[in-house]
Amino acid sequence: MEKTIKKSSLSISNNGLEKKPAAKRLEVLKTYKIYIGGQFPRTESGRYYIPVNAAGEKLANVCLCSRKDFRDAVVSARGAFSGWSGRAAFNRSQILYRMAEMLEGRKAQFIEELMKQDSTKSKAEKEVNLAIDRLIYYAGWCDKFQQLFSAVNPVASSHFNFSVPEPTGVVAIIAPQQDSLLGLVSVMAPVIAGGNTCIILASETKPLCAVTLAEVLHSSDLPGGVVNILTGKPAELQSWMADHMDVNATIYCENNSEVQQLIQQKSAQNLKRVFLCRKELGKP
Amino acid sequence: MALAKPYLTIPDFTLSPRIDQVGVEERASRFTKRSIKKESKMNGLKLVLNMIDLTTLEGKDTDGKVKQLCYKAMHPHDAIEGIPTVAAVCVYPSMVKVAKKALGDSGIKVASVATAFPSGQAPKDVKIRDTRFAVNEGADEIDMVISRGKFHAGEYQFVFDEIAAIKEACGEARLKVILETGELGTFDKVRRASDIAMHAGADFIKTSTGKIQPAATMPVTLVMLEAIRDFYYATGKMIGMKPAGGISKSKLALHYLVMVKEVLGDAWLNNEWFRFGASSLANDVLMQIVKEQTGLYQAANYFSVD
Amino acid sequence: MAVKAKKTARKSNTIKLKFDTSWSYDPAPESKSAASIKPKYDHFINGAWVKPAGGKYFDSINPANEEKLSEVADGNEADVNKAVSAARNAYEQTWQKMPAKERAKYIFRIARMVQEKARELAIIETLDGGKPIRESRDFDVPTAANHFFYYAGWADKLEYAFPNRKTSALGVAGQIIPWNFPLLMAAWKIAPALATGNTVVLKPAETTPLTALKLAEIIQESDLPPGVVNIITGAGATGADIVNHPDINKIAFTGSTDVGKLIQRAVAGTNKRVTLELGGKAANIIFEDAPLDQAVEGVINGIYFNQGHVCCAGSRLYVQESVAKQVIRKLKDRMETLIVGDPLDKNTDIGAINSRQQLDTIQRYIKIGKQEGAEMYESSCRLPGKGFFCRPTLFTNVAQSNRIAQEEIFGPVLSVLTFRTDDEVIEKANNSPYGLSAGVWTDKGSKIFNLTKRMRAGVVWANTFNKFDPTSPFGGYKESGFGREGGFAWVIALCEFN
Repeated sequence: MEKTIKKSSLSISNNGLEKKPAAKRLEVLKTYKIYIGGQFPRTESGRYYIPVNAAGEKLANVCLCSRKDFRDAVVSARGAFSGWSGRAAFNRSQILYRMAEMLEGRKAQFIEELMKQDSTKSKAEKEVNLAIDRLIYYAGWCDKFQQLFSAVNPVASSHFNFSVPEPTGVVAIIAPQQDSLLGLVSVMAPVIAGGNTCIILASETKPLCAVTLAEVLHSSDLPGGVVNILTGKPAELQSWMADHMDVNATIYCENNSEVQQLIQQKSAQNLKRVFLCRKELGKP
Repeated sequence: MALAKPYLTIPDFTLSPRIDQVGVEERASRFTKRSIKKESKMNGLKLVLNMIDLTTLEGKDTDGKVKQLCYKAMHPHDAIEGIPTVAAVCVYPSMVKVAKKALGDSGIKVASVATAFPSGQAPKDVKIRDTRFAVNEGADEIDMVISRGKFHAGEYQFVFDEIAAIKEACGEARLKVILETGELGTFDKVRRASDIAMHAGADFIKTSTGKIQPAATMPVTLVMLEAIRDFYYATGKMIGMKPAGGISKSKLALHYLVMVKEVLGDAWLNNEWFRFGASSLANDVLMQIVKEQTGLYQAANYFSVD
Repeated sequence: MAVKAKKTARKSNTIKLKFDTSWSYDPAPESKSAASIKPKYDHFINGAWVKPAGGKYFDSINPANEEKLSEVADGNEADVNKAVSAARNAYEQTWQKMPAKERAKYIFRIARMVQEKARELAIIETLDGGKPIRESRDFDVPTAANHFFYYAGWADKLEYAFPNRKTSALGVAGQIIPWNFPLLMAAWKIAPALATGNTVVLKPAETTPLTALKLAEIIQESDLPPGVVNIITGAGATGADIVNHPDINKIAFTGSTDVGKLIQRAVAGTNKRVTLELGGKAANIIFEDAPLDQAVEGVINGIYFNQGHVCCAGSRLYVQESVAKQVIRKLKDRMETLIVGDPLDKNTDIGAINSRQQLDTIQRYIKIGKQEGAEMYESSCRLPGKGFFCRPTLFTNVAQSNRIAQEEIFGPVLSVLTFRTDDEVIEKANNSPYGLSAGVWTDKGSKIFNLTKRMRAGVVWANTFNKFDPTSPFGGYKESGFGREGGFAWVIALCEFN
């Protein structure tokens, strides 16, 4: 038994096709595309940028999304909203759980990408594990938050009076720049668990996991358009994200007070709800 | 609407029974849980084929197209013995004569849409002339559309009178009344329109023109079958049912048969009282029949497209 | 053929639909090969299969053909002791200490495995209990999986359910479940107990132990720490051993009111928490403004679902007099299309009565109904020669004082009563020692709220019946028991508030 293993590992394959140790195989590189409406297009602008890690290695040719990509993504998110918010909470819960399953299965890839993006192995492992667990945590919320936040109100008149939480609509999210996987999952999961749809602008300097996460979402029975993931520069897009009239809420996770103010001001255009995540999202 | 005098024969349609949407949908889906196998599947498929109104209702219809369709109606698939014909061929009034001649004495009926199909937006006299023309050309059956605008405006008497007038214009031809359920919005209104049509003299009630989505669905058909059942209990008169549009697969057609069987029973399980308005259903049924006979899954290329 | 039908319809004075049609369904039996049942099952204690201390086994039979399916261990006090100490040990050593989110992941895992093995579980449920495969496939098994799924999510969210209260588990939960929904009841009881951090000793009913044992296999496969769930089989005596065991902190029982009373007596003076989900005689009320066809379907579903073996079955139908004739005619038509027979056949609507004993009870009540002068109607379907079967039956001309209107029959037998006003029907509906569930059918929303408020029943369905969901609490008033299961109400019953 042991022998065969050794032999096969030497000859790469024991099926007889390759007798000799093969010449060094050229790796196939992944094209990092964006995720809009359940499809993986390149940016309509045709532009790219090259994020570089601390060691000075180029990560990839990443799509530099334009305001038009964002515009298209909003159309998809709006289109997906009625279907997604209308699904049974239980069904949403199953889909979030499925995402966790898919993410677990591709752990190694995420760890590798995180390490490329300056994480250590143990930190990367921890981040992926937390991201998986966080998806499961929110999978559980899908059919529970209504029970905690709804009420039958004992009004004095002869009327039946009740209140229930409902989804806000389309949410534009500028994902945290650090903790590029966990941060993204942490802002995305509650948004979709509640029945909203979203457009997420991934971390500018660490965008790899966001694109790979899109592939996880794509294989989790998540309807196209519920989550749209763009890559590019917040400085270029944040203003468009905040003043789009068909976006109902914005989420911004950095501490830059100028940007915070800009988003708050622009959001007033159509009274968007603004959520500024001031505390660190990497904490479990 | 005048209540006093004709009350015994014409009810107040605003009092038509209410329909619970969720309940209807649940009941309809229950029919789809029936498992139709072996001989019952074969018999069901033949019954379905025999209930089809093979339809072509296009602006680009020509004599040639209609003649070919008529041949298909008489000879759905000659490669196999014992295949029944379809029930009728359904065409525009201008094509009735061609169809009538092509079908000859095959026993297959010619149905014609009329009354400014599909919108019904024409004056009553135009609709009556449209109907008379089709009947004079030889139509055995007339498929009329109701005035949905008037219906939504609550002018039930208008809708009722119009159906009654067309019924009169039909003479011997059987009248199918299309409710265009996709435009009615609720099951309550489907039920109300069904009641109006039946009381006004419809021989059949029919879901759709096929030009609007959604066309026939099982829940909508169920509401209409239940209306037919209540009408039968109240008057002893049988009314036929024709779901049209959107039924293109054998499996779905068999579910409809199950529904007819379990709502109205045996008397309705024939093409005198139940029809499918469909064009592509026939070939799918034929494919399933051949599959049952040969045990081989079939490909579309072996069945004629007309 | 059609013309003939038309003529007969016109000729005959009584217009009637004929459902015995020329086109009928061929048998469509579900294949047994997708399920494996071992010839013999031991107790599942501490993560392993343990032979019964007394060495005895009893048969579990298929009520549809009276053939033996398997034999299962007959538990005695020694077995219960073993199971409880395993559960106690698991509680103290592992389960209590485990982070809540890890506990959640175990329960999610079990939920997924139930989904993966859904077909096998459905077949075994049908073989063992006699319920139609359509129901076990479309209702019992998926709902069981959903319970695990739902409660898994609660494990790490209790602090949100009870803000500013610190909760902890109770300890070992003894759970005794009935034969009408064997797997679903097991899931219904086990899932929330695990989510709240308790460990479990569960006893399935003696006529339907197999799916619980199959669940034990799943639990084993899921690597749940040994002793967290223990399943022991046996009859009433084994159940009594669980109830009386001093090291159990919580008893959850679903079953008959008589046994429920015994349990409440038995735990008196101990610190055990108890929830009881017992019998019922639900009123299903149809007002004249109701959507009648859907109401009729709801009545059928309310009483003939699972052969009427449902504690919340809508066994008393109250119809407003103005529509009574119409409703009864529609009911009879609908009953004619119900298919009674082989539970494994996918077209079967009503399967086998769970046991000979239960069939005897039902037949005794049918006799009583006739003696009381009520008018009996049963569908004209043929019954299989072997096995325990009963036609769908209804009684009209029933009075409030008839026994068939007061006592739980637990079979496919409906009593139809009429009423005139809202107040009258509310009074009559509440005029019962039970109060588990009720149904109301009307197109008018305000009437629904008025009725649900005044109805002394734990569950009131409006324009539907027999709908269950893990998120929805379930439980009774009066002699239908106390405590709520389902939703996060069930969590309350399983937590200690410190």
